[in-house]
Amino acid sequence: MEQKLKAILSEAEQALSRTDNLDQLNEIRVRFLGKKGLLTSVLRGMGSLAPEERPRVGQLANDVRARIESVLEERMATIKEQVKKEKLAAERIDVTLPGTPFPAGRRHPLSIVEEEIEDIFLGMGYSIEEGPEIELDFYNFEALNLPKDHPARDMQDSFFIGPEVLLRTHTSPVQVRTMERTAPVLPVRIIAPGKVYRRDDDATHSPMFHQVEGLAIDRRVTFGDLKGTLQVFAEKMFGPQTRTRFRPSYFPFTEPSAEVDISCGMCGGKGCRVCSDTGWLEILGCGMVHPRVLEVSGYNPEEVTGFAFGMGVERIAMLKYNIDDMRLLFDNDLRFLAQF
Amino acid sequence: MRVSYKWLREYVDLDGITPGELAERLTLAGLAVEAVEEPGKDITKVYTGKIIKIEPHPNADKLVICHVTTGGDELLQIVTGAPNVREGQVVPVAVVGARLAGGVTIKKAKLRGVESRGMLCSGEELGLDPATLPKDQEYGIMILPADTPLGVDVKPLIGLDDVILELELTPNRGDCMSMIGVAREVAAIFNRPLKMPRVELDETPPAPEDRVRVDIEESGLCRRYVARLLKNVKIGPSPVWMQQRLRAAGVRPINNVVDVTNYVMMELGQPLHAFDYHKLKDGHIIVRRATEGELMYTLDKDERKLSADMLVIADQNGPVAVAGVMGGLDSEVTDQTRVVLLESAYFNPVSIRRTSRNLGLRSESSSRFEKGIDITGCKRAADRAAGLLAEMGAAEVVAVVVDNYPEPAVEKTILLRPDRVNHLLDLPLTPPEIKDLLTRLQFRVKEDEQGLLVTVPGHRPDVGIEVDLIEEVARLYGFNHVPNTLPTGVITQGARTYEQMLALKVKNFLSLGGFSEVVTYSFVSPRVFDRLGIPVDSRYRNVVALQNPLSEEQSVMRTLLYPGLLDVLQRNSNRQVRDGAIFELGRLFYPREGELLPEEVPALAAAVTGFTPGGWNARPVLMDFYFLKGVLNALLKYVGVRDISYVPATDIPGFHPGRTAAVLSGEQHLGIIGELHPDVQEAYDLSQLVTLFELNFDVLVDVSGKPRQYAPLPKFPGVERDLAVVVQRNIPAGDIIKQIYRAGDSAILRDVQVFDVYSGKQVEEGKRSIAFTLKFQAEDRTLTDEEVNQQISAIMRALEREFGATLRQ
Repeated sequence: MEQKLKAILSEAEQALSRTDNLDQLNEIRVRFLGKKGLLTSVLRGMGSLAPEERPRVGQLANDVRARIESVLEERMATIKEQVKKEKLAAERIDVTLPGTPFPAGRRHPLSIVEEEIEDIFLGMGYSIEEGPEIELDFYNFEALNLPKDHPARDMQDSFFIGPEVLLRTHTSPVQVRTMERTAPVLPVRIIAPGKVYRRDDDATHSPMFHQVEGLAIDRRVTFGDLKGTLQVFAEKMFGPQTRTRFRPSYFPFTEPSAEVDISCGMCGGKGCRVCSDTGWLEILGCGMVHPRVLEVSGYNPEEVTGFAFGMGVERIAMLKYNIDDMRLLFDNDLRFLAQF
Repeated sequence: MRVSYKWLREYVDLDGITPGELAERLTLAGLAVEAVEEPGKDITKVYTGKIIKIEPHPNADKLVICHVTTGGDELLQIVTGAPNVREGQVVPVAVVGARLAGGVTIKKAKLRGVESRGMLCSGEELGLDPATLPKDQEYGIMILPADTPLGVDVKPLIGLDDVILELELTPNRGDCMSMIGVAREVAAIFNRPLKMPRVELDETPPAPEDRVRVDIEESGLCRRYVARLLKNVKIGPSPVWMQQRLRAAGVRPINNVVDVTNYVMMELGQPLHAFDYHKLKDGHIIVRRATEGELMYTLDKDERKLSADMLVIADQNGPVAVAGVMGGLDSEVTDQTRVVLLESAYFNPVSIRRTSRNLGLRSESSSRFEKGIDITGCKRAADRAAGLLAEMGAAEVVAVVVDNYPEPAVEKTILLRPDRVNHLLDLPLTPPEIKDLLTRLQFRVKEDEQGLLVTVPGHRPDVGIEVDLIEEVARLYGFNHVPNTLPTGVITQGARTYEQMLALKVKNFLSLGGFSEVVTYSFVSPRVFDRLGIPVDSRYRNVVALQNPLSEEQSVMRTLLYPGLLDVLQRNSNRQVRDGAIFELGRLFYPREGELLPEEVPALAAAVTGFTPGGWNARPVLMDFYFLKGVLNALLKYVGVRDISYVPATDIPGFHPGRTAAVLSGEQHLGIIGELHPDVQEAYDLSQLVTLFELNFDVLVDVSGKPRQYAPLPKFPGVERDLAVVVQRNIPAGDIIKQIYRAGDSAILRDVQVFDVYSGKQVEEGKRSIAFTLKFQAEDRTLTDEEVNQQISAIMRALEREFGATLRQ
């Protein structure tokens, strides 16, 4: 009987070692351990054993069963692992094929840049004001210290609707409209983005373009504050290495007035094609608000001072994205727009 | 303004200052230097040579063979096609190996079989602007004075060893439209002395016939008129040095008298005019307004029709010049002129500007007068011109000067408070420092207990108030020396308004949804309404029109946004980009009765055409009405619009009558969505159908809202039932859905979705089947089949009653 048990064990071990699929494994389990299996049938012969031998043989039989079960489990685990691996291998896909199309629209570059500018100034405590695109001569020129027949009106060739009405040539009228409303409250810190119009049309001018105006009025706003504010803007917009340069200029509604250049991002200021070898790129005009403008708008220039600036969104977008023809921005070619 | 570096040295010492440095410092002081040109930079090996002999070319009628000496014994044989060469002329000769403007190099060549060893040069080939050359040399060989030494480098002789600074002046700095003005700035910047030109006159006593009389009838328009008489005038060319300087300034030399007037204008900024005295009746100048419709010929040989607001210089016979703008042809200085009356006047800037604009006539003279010249300098300029002509032996200066100056200008004195300077600029300047800066700019400064009393020199009419002086201090001190600071004081919160945030939200939603944002012009063609089939009496045709558009295509302000989108689709389609989804957020303009300014209404429009991009595992989807409606509906829900409905709109011009709906939120009309009418599609030459929506953004702001309060998640399972009904085809699905909601118990009927629409063989002709999924769910219990069955029957009964619906078998 002991012999038989040992033979069963070795037979089972051999069978298991030759097996490599789960069906065969099940057959083996039934053949050796099932109710009608080999082990059971051997154990049925227990009755013929001497009573003193029974515990020993019984123990041996249990050991054999346990041993077979354990080898079987082990084998089963190995085979399952194998089967899983094969399944995964068979499931492989070509991960280099393109994914399912996802809608791909874009914001217009001007709209992206405008939002960026807004966010920089929102972060500095400015709020956003808007004004009409069709404007009275009074707000567009007169109140900005640009009386009729002022030679500086030549700088802004206008589209007229009537003798007193025109398409605004800059966002500066929003300065006056805002101050008229807020006076005498202080401080005033606003930006005014929007469309403006001038009678020009070539690679560097568009009859419609976008500006962002800025205005800060308080008891003690200085030219240094203007410089510092625009330096912060330049760094945030064009990168921390950006330097600014202020050149005296002339706008009737500010004094002193300046044009602001930033160091050319292309060459780092050494001079290249983009900056026409000067190392500098003009990005905006600014200055201290002219006392007459403050006065017209309801503030006392002896008590308050302020600065204002105006920048062209197209200019900044063109620098940022290295766009060489302004007309591309209004052409709306979808292949162009898809790049932003 | 073109500034010659060599000429500038006449008035201020430039030792140790390179043209580049000069340009940089001028720019940083507010005189922007746009370009620094060295016209002679590329030119080498061009010498003076004399044409000894000219022979015809054996093989070409238009060519001649010149034998030229450059000083040595050897004659160079040079073939030229220039028509203006004559024997004995001294001309610029580019020898073999020479380089000319634009990088041209000269090689030995055979022209029609005849050897040519070099080239005779035109001014243009040497980099000169043809417009500054004598007329006869404009396109021919440049002719040098006969006494020019031979074989010497031609560059210094024609001013090619100079550097030109191109200044882009701001309109307030008319004073810098002169060499002295620029020199004054340079002297101030570098703190060096300014050397004014010396004027010494040797006047001859007048003869009885030397009479000059000036009557100013309009002293408001002409505040000063200086007239000077020059006799025994010998018209001829001006000296080479003067011609060179004029050319450097971009002015064509003409003759000595004209050149001197131009020279003095360029030097001192005072426009001068020379009349042929004998063409003026009795030497009597009358400064008056033109009579309406008065005619005269100006120097440019054009007949001008004048109006009563224009100022003229006249004699008793009629106008002889448009004051300050251009002289008259009849009184022009010619080769026969023997006596010259020189005008040096001050005209009202606004009047000059208007006259010049109304005549469409701008001149060097008008561009100076309209910015305001130095009224104190009129006499000096006339004397300077007279002195120059006398010096070159071209005229005799007669002691006849009329200086009609009814109300001499009073010098302006302005109080400048040093505190104010430092307050505005955030600088710690002392009164002496401020005084020094202003004195360098020729302001006279007196210290006073209130501050500094600053007297403004005549050449700075732009300076009138304290802040003008502060600017002068700041720019000379250097803007870049002012330290950067940030505003102090009350902290303000920067935030977008609700409308501004909503605009961003909408833009981001649509772009993430596959739509590209476009920006189109606010002005459109008035013909767009015809193309869209908009009726003649439509309110959209009531436009704000531009008085001076660039073209008819851009002549009226838009009253609709979507036509701009159609233009974009058309342009893209023409470039083989046929599929697209685009949107724009922009303003529309509607005239308002009795108001100067129109109403500006923000609008949001989107357009789709063609298919979504497909792929190897995804079919492209046609972007049709239902596609766009899906997007619009999701957008409206995203921004919190409630109670959205779509009402069929059959009569929207430009839109398909059967495929267009009004978009509503409750009773509020938001806009429309629909397919473009096939006629319009054809008019725009679009090959694929286009679907659009356009919403009033103000209304969208109104009806949009904050997220409502959250509803608790269901605790009990829900039940879904499908219900397919057959109805007449013309019954809108929207009506059926409304009816389902009405008939069902609102406490448990949660959602109704359409999952199939069918018409065809399996349903009766003229009918269609619509299949709905109805979702029931209660808050407090698990629904029984019986309850749901009751709901379905109630709904079905209602549909039968309302629409004659039958259950689909």
